[in-house]
Amino acid sequence: MTATSTPPSTSSPYAELKAPTTARRLLTAPTTGPLVALLLACVFFAVSTDQFLTGGNFSLIVQQVMVVGTLAIGQTLIILTAGIDLSCGAVMAFGSIVIAKMAAEGSLPPLLAIALGLVVCGGFGLVNGLLVQKIPLPPFIVTLGMLNVAFALTHIYSEEQTVTNLPGPLTALGQTFPMGHTDITYGSLVTIALFLLLAYALSSTGWGRHVYALGNSQEAARLNGIRTSRLTIGVYTVAGLLYGVAALLLISRTGVGDPQAGQTDNLDSITAVVLGGTSLFGGRGSVLGTFIGVLIVGVFRNGLQLMGVASIYQTLITGVLVILAVTVDQISRKKAR
Amino acid sequence: MSRTPRLPSSLIRVAACTSVAALALTACGSGSGSDSVGAGSGKVKVGLITKTDTNPFFVKMKEGAEKAAKKDGVQLMTAAGKFDGDNAGQVTAIENMVAAGVKGILITPSDSKAIVPAIAKAKAKGVLVIALDTPTEPESAVDALFATDNLKAGELIGEYAKAAMKGKAAKIATLDLAPGVSVGVQRHNGFLKGFGAAEKDVACAQDTGGDQAKGQTAMENCLQKEPGINLVYTINEPAALGAYTALKAKGREKDVLIVSVDGGCTGTQAVKDGKIAATSQQYPLKMAAEGVNAVVTYAKDGKKASGYTDTGVTLITDKAQTGVASKDTAFGLENCWG
Repeated sequence: MTATSTPPSTSSPYAELKAPTTARRLLTAPTTGPLVALLLACVFFAVSTDQFLTGGNFSLIVQQVMVVGTLAIGQTLIILTAGIDLSCGAVMAFGSIVIAKMAAEGSLPPLLAIALGLVVCGGFGLVNGLLVQKIPLPPFIVTLGMLNVAFALTHIYSEEQTVTNLPGPLTALGQTFPMGHTDITYGSLVTIALFLLLAYALSSTGWGRHVYALGNSQEAARLNGIRTSRLTIGVYTVAGLLYGVAALLLISRTGVGDPQAGQTDNLDSITAVVLGGTSLFGGRGSVLGTFIGVLIVGVFRNGLQLMGVASIYQTLITGVLVILAVTVDQISRKKAR
Repeated sequence: MSRTPRLPSSLIRVAACTSVAALALTACGSGSGSDSVGAGSGKVKVGLITKTDTNPFFVKMKEGAEKAAKKDGVQLMTAAGKFDGDNAGQVTAIENMVAAGVKGILITPSDSKAIVPAIAKAKAKGVLVIALDTPTEPESAVDALFATDNLKAGELIGEYAKAAMKGKAAKIATLDLAPGVSVGVQRHNGFLKGFGAAEKDVACAQDTGGDQAKGQTAMENCLQKEPGINLVYTINEPAALGAYTALKAKGREKDVLIVSVDGGCTGTQAVKDGKIAATSQQYPLKMAAEGVNAVVTYAKDGKKASGYTDTGVTLITDKAQTGVASKDTAFGLENCWG
């Protein structure tokens, strides 16, 4: 399963990506399974409760998953390079406190505070990438360390206080506009746009193909002339910037800057990536799959709550789903070999 | 990597995911149990959102709510954050419950300030929102608050400690909850007020998160810093039992006074066993039951509960001190939770 195993008959090492017919691509897409699971869950909840199948409820589910969803885009990029990021939730929390405090208590104009938050989060990503690539250290260890660094900085800088009275622009993305009979938040649109943008970048640009190649084999990618070092650092930095956007979405959703936020979001984002059919071993998967993975979690949480099932069962079911998803990944890998 | 020959594997994937979904659906079918009533039943729905699913205090609160809901013929929906402080989880729970059409929500806020906007949205949709155990900031963000007076709970054990020390100079350690959490701050301040001490009189203050193992570590460190400690205030009984273990290891368990707050059954038993001198007992069952009743009243005649209802606190000890009202552990064990 390395890039070097590509049949030499084609002119480009990546040409086979385009070769299958549309129908076959649809069937072989790693997102097909998760999509079927999502649809089945939707059908089940639509039958079980009156309130599930409404526009308002779907809008709600997307609002509820937009923060973890945006984190999960960055997580997908990193996992595709065979890395992992345990620091994403903590970095986001720090970014959100920076934005909230700078705008609400500092004298920074809101837009500048947002820009600063993005830069801070991007900076964390850059440092992660540098440590992973230049020293090099295992991504698990680097981001575990960074998780603690960002967590501590959040609590030190916030002085353990929730930041309230945010200026309007910070919560603008949490505002809604009507679409038919349904209220949609602007943040949901931003999240969906980011998913589409990164899906395009991964599937249709040279950069995206290099990311896949890197995840399959860094050495092979390097021998093929890909600047793997720059690419890795770039991926971690882009992920960091996405965490910055997630920070803004988080503020807009809750209306406050909350130092306790994001504590399980690192694992939640990994859960979404895995449920979406992306391989934890790198090189295989997609951000659209991750979007489906995020929705699976959101639909189960929402649907079970509508049915009146206690929240601990959500945790139980999510756990079972994750184990099964990884099992499927392993089995299909063996078959593909 | 070759992508073309993957048709069989993708079929496996589809099949597996389908069975995953089927399994998950079965799981939630069995999980829903008897308390889950179909959406079309027309019963009044009451939501209970606690900080976590696992803390015995909230388990008991849920029990109290379930009992009251059964008695009143309403449907109880429950949800919780993933960890103490999980505001986003509670926000999601509020939204989902409002979508499910609850008449009222009882919530123990994980973050007193951060939850306020989400509560405002629910109230705007005509849902009665009552805070249990922990007030919101500002307190007026909810319709009503049913809770222990935590300042008073602290004062009671402070006054008790003052009497029990009998004029001996006190070297105080406080094993606290976590910074910025109102319950912990109020109990801590209440204790100092009741004892007649100031913050500067505290020889060692450590956060424990209300956890027994962390309480033990905290006490070990405090003894290392200040071996002469002879009075220990603890946020709750698990922290107190941790402190007891640390003191016992140093052979100090007899000459150090430990006081606490909570009144859980394990904790009350520890008072009976003489490990903890006294504790202020609170009543989560009552908070939940009164909360459910308030929602039922609102559903029936549109009358909203308001203001603060003190659900009571009792000093429990077997070594009563003159001038400090208390009840013995027999009473405590009869009324304990967990």
